[in-house]
Amino acid sequence: MLQYFQSYLRQPVTPGEAGNYLWATIYVLAVIIGVSLVVLTMNWGERKALAHMQIRLGPMRVGPHGLLQPIADAIKLLIKEDIVPAGADKPVFWLAPVAVVITAWTTLLVVPFGRTHAITDMNIGILFMLGTSSLGVMGIVMAGWSSNSHYPLLGSLRSSAQMVSYEVAMGLTVVSAILMTAMNDSGMYLRHAESANGLAGTLSMIGIVQAQATQGTWFVFKFFPLGLIAFGIFAVAMVAETNRAPFDLPEAESELVAGFHTEYSGFRWSLFMLAEYSGMVAVSSIAVTLWLGGWLRPFATVHGRRIEIPHYWQGGALDFASALLPALLFFGLALACFLAVARMPKLSVFRLQTVGLALFGALLGFVGVVLLAPPVRDRVQDVFWFGAKVAVFMYLYIWYRATFPRYRFDQLMRVGWKVLLPAGLAVLIATAVVGVVL
Amino acid sequence: MKPSSGDGAGRTFLDSSELVLNMGPQHPSTHGVLRVILKLDGEKVLGTECIIGYLHRGVEKIAENRTYAQFNPYVDRMDYVAAVSNGLGYCLAVEKLLNVEAPPRAQHLRVILAELNRIASHVLWLGTHALDIGAMTPLFYTFRDREEILKIFEKYCGARLTTHAFRIGGCIYEAYEGMEQEVLQFCDFVLPKIDEYEQLLTTNRIWLDRTRGVGPLNGRDCIALGVTGPVLRASGVKWDLRKAQPYSGYEQFDFEVPIGENGDTYDRYLVRIAEMRQSVRIVRQAVASLPQGPIMAKVPKVIKPPAGEVYVSVEAPKGELGYFVVSDGSTQPYRVRVRPPSFVNLQALDTMVKGQMVADVVAVIGTLDIVLGEVDR
Amino acid sequence: MSMAVALLAAEAGAGQTMTPVATGFFFYLLSALAIISAILVITRRNPVHCALSLIVTLLSLASLFLMLYAPFVAGVQIMVYAGGIMVLFLFVIMLVNLERALKEEQFNKQWLAGVAVALGLGALFFVVYRNGQNLFPGTPLELPEAQNTQQIGLGLYQNYLLPFEIASLLLLVAIVGAVVMAKKRS
Repeated sequence: MLQYFQSYLRQPVTPGEAGNYLWATIYVLAVIIGVSLVVLTMNWGERKALAHMQIRLGPMRVGPHGLLQPIADAIKLLIKEDIVPAGADKPVFWLAPVAVVITAWTTLLVVPFGRTHAITDMNIGILFMLGTSSLGVMGIVMAGWSSNSHYPLLGSLRSSAQMVSYEVAMGLTVVSAILMTAMNDSGMYLRHAESANGLAGTLSMIGIVQAQATQGTWFVFKFFPLGLIAFGIFAVAMVAETNRAPFDLPEAESELVAGFHTEYSGFRWSLFMLAEYSGMVAVSSIAVTLWLGGWLRPFATVHGRRIEIPHYWQGGALDFASALLPALLFFGLALACFLAVARMPKLSVFRLQTVGLALFGALLGFVGVVLLAPPVRDRVQDVFWFGAKVAVFMYLYIWYRATFPRYRFDQLMRVGWKVLLPAGLAVLIATAVVGVVL
Repeated sequence: MKPSSGDGAGRTFLDSSELVLNMGPQHPSTHGVLRVILKLDGEKVLGTECIIGYLHRGVEKIAENRTYAQFNPYVDRMDYVAAVSNGLGYCLAVEKLLNVEAPPRAQHLRVILAELNRIASHVLWLGTHALDIGAMTPLFYTFRDREEILKIFEKYCGARLTTHAFRIGGCIYEAYEGMEQEVLQFCDFVLPKIDEYEQLLTTNRIWLDRTRGVGPLNGRDCIALGVTGPVLRASGVKWDLRKAQPYSGYEQFDFEVPIGENGDTYDRYLVRIAEMRQSVRIVRQAVASLPQGPIMAKVPKVIKPPAGEVYVSVEAPKGELGYFVVSDGSTQPYRVRVRPPSFVNLQALDTMVKGQMVADVVAVIGTLDIVLGEVDR
Repeated sequence: MSMAVALLAAEAGAGQTMTPVATGFFFYLLSALAIISAILVITRRNPVHCALSLIVTLLSLASLFLMLYAPFVAGVQIMVYAGGIMVLFLFVIMLVNLERALKEEQFNKQWLAGVAVALGLGALFFVVYRNGQNLFPGTPLELPEAQNTQQIGLGLYQNYLLPFEIASLLLLVAIVGAVVMAKKRS
């Protein structure tokens, strides 16, 4: 049993590539559970971060510092009455949230958390992700229509028009990133006989990160400033694609139309929310993979002086520091928990919360200790760096929501078609020309 | 805004005839219970009709059955956001009927409180207006600053919102121990905060897109419609009652009246921000030159003004707030007619919103800074 | 052509190919799904249900492309056809007055002629299949997946560049025409 486990762990490919159904299923479950945990964390994190930016505290009562708030919300949504509007088209009404969640989770099939830490690696990986995202638009249209009310219909049509428009700009910048995979170190186009895997350029997600590794630079820094501009355009388009502030007019409360999920309550609404946050994770993963080097740590080619610790580490100093980072992160979180425990009011009503927070801190510390063990430490490296970069994007999403006013719908469409699309085209042409000329 | 369903049933969206949309009495922002019926052609607004009266409480009728002093608390409830100006206007009107003038110290105190009140009103306006346009965060910052002003009010007269701070003939409460320091501290506190708001919004591209060119109103239309206050000044008309017809000692203070150019939402925003800064300036001068002396003039115990009528108006934060008081010689007024600035400004909504988009209607209602308590009375 | 592809596959290494699994089962399943949803497209009363069934048909076709080792075509089919064109179909259907559509007569009077023509077409297909059977290879070609995007790219931009440019010009004409028609005459 252990041998089987260990022999699997030594394989150099993802389970999908190896055709290993058992492990592929396990990875699928792990990704689904992981994304659900991320959604819960985002729920808590968004409310706390928004609150702190608005000089208030956010949830504090449900669990220490509101840590149990997402669970309370989930329970509330599950036990809510399931209302189906009169005259709604029942099969489509039922199908819409299901379709949105399924497409959102299907995009996560090819997200590369590491060289072997993906469910599978298709060689049309990025095309698959963009295609399944565009299928998600259909679920939103269905939701608005099946509510049998003018205003969700209008909101869903606006929402989907916005998503479709920004998909175009996203696609163009993605193509310019793909172009960069077909070049060697000095920027020249590779003929496919010369390139590393026999194919010049690739659409596969793992292949794109490997191209960044062989070229020694993250694509955001390649052909400066072209990579940066392409990344910037994608970063704006992905916020509009996921219907988040400042592009959230179709679902804003103070506007005329309340949005496509008005008539959905309880569990169905929570499915939409799940799909929205999963979509955020998916497009952030695309951005991280294409421009920010995926699972590669910063300065992956610099290894530092060789350090030898018997039974523990043989390798470069910088690699060693980066290997310790996940454990240090969890130790830092545990320390923050203990500091918060020390600052809790010393009244008997807070005893349960104080004890709970201390236990939570101890749990985080335990996870940190586990992450120091060599087998875990090495395997977790890739996932940690990928997760850290996606977490930065999630925080940016929250920051945008707190700071920016909302675009009016026609201004939103103007930005998508008249600003981002020409800019994306220009970056694409410039990248192509630079690759030939250089 | 809960739109009523059943509108245009059987009509398809591809028809280019006009669609009638109801922005119902309930709003997500604090404007109050205002119902607006919009005639739309697709996204464009062809015309509006405001239906008011949801907050009508018969204040003016009540006035006929109360004595002059008894009616004083009622006026605060009209513009409940900025209650001090209401009280100031009413007291000035009755004092004019009685032909008394408040002593200088009382006038200074009144100016201090009225200008603090202006800052409080504008700051609340800024928070709610930004929220309407989608920026959630300024609301919390502005309410924090408003809190400081309300603390001062509470220490002075015991109430935060409906202050009833003045009496006919002057002030009843002396400045409390340490009030001058606290007011000056507040002035030092709020100026960087106003800079913070400007930093968040004034050059923000999205804010500019949402407010520039939205809801334009030129000076001539303003005068024709009777619009007053920051709306009038943002359209380029130089008219501020504190300069044009000074009352309560305003002529002693040195301050500017900010004027806008285009009369759009962005200019109204800039004008109100500038007015806040000028209010701080006035407050500082008023505190520095606060004279000693009595705070109440010699007013008879039973207020029985001679028969006559008087119209007195003050520059409330929202515009010209006027009181037309008719006395028949008895202890109760014969008629108190209030000219609320929000009521008259609201009539400009139709002109401002014609030809604009539906999403701008919310922004324009916000920029007019109406309080339904005043509109409906 | 196929020999060249097979040689390239041998060169490129076997890492990218997978042995096919349960091909027969998946083929029958996907074909049945495609046929059933296609029948649903023409028989459902509600136009939105028809559009959704069409989406299922297109997705089954995309999966069939995948089985034929053409992942790029499958991906583009999903992205453009199911994700783009069908969403636009749904837009239009939803904006048009649905109540009238639901009450309309579903089959028109000439259904007998329609059935006769369909039977004739089926007979034609059958005859062609019978006579041309030996033109199809006995076992499906095992093309390495990695080559599909390459081959399409090489074909489009080297061998068939002129038709590609003309096709894009056609699309431009269509877009301009749509914009001109949609502009209101002011």
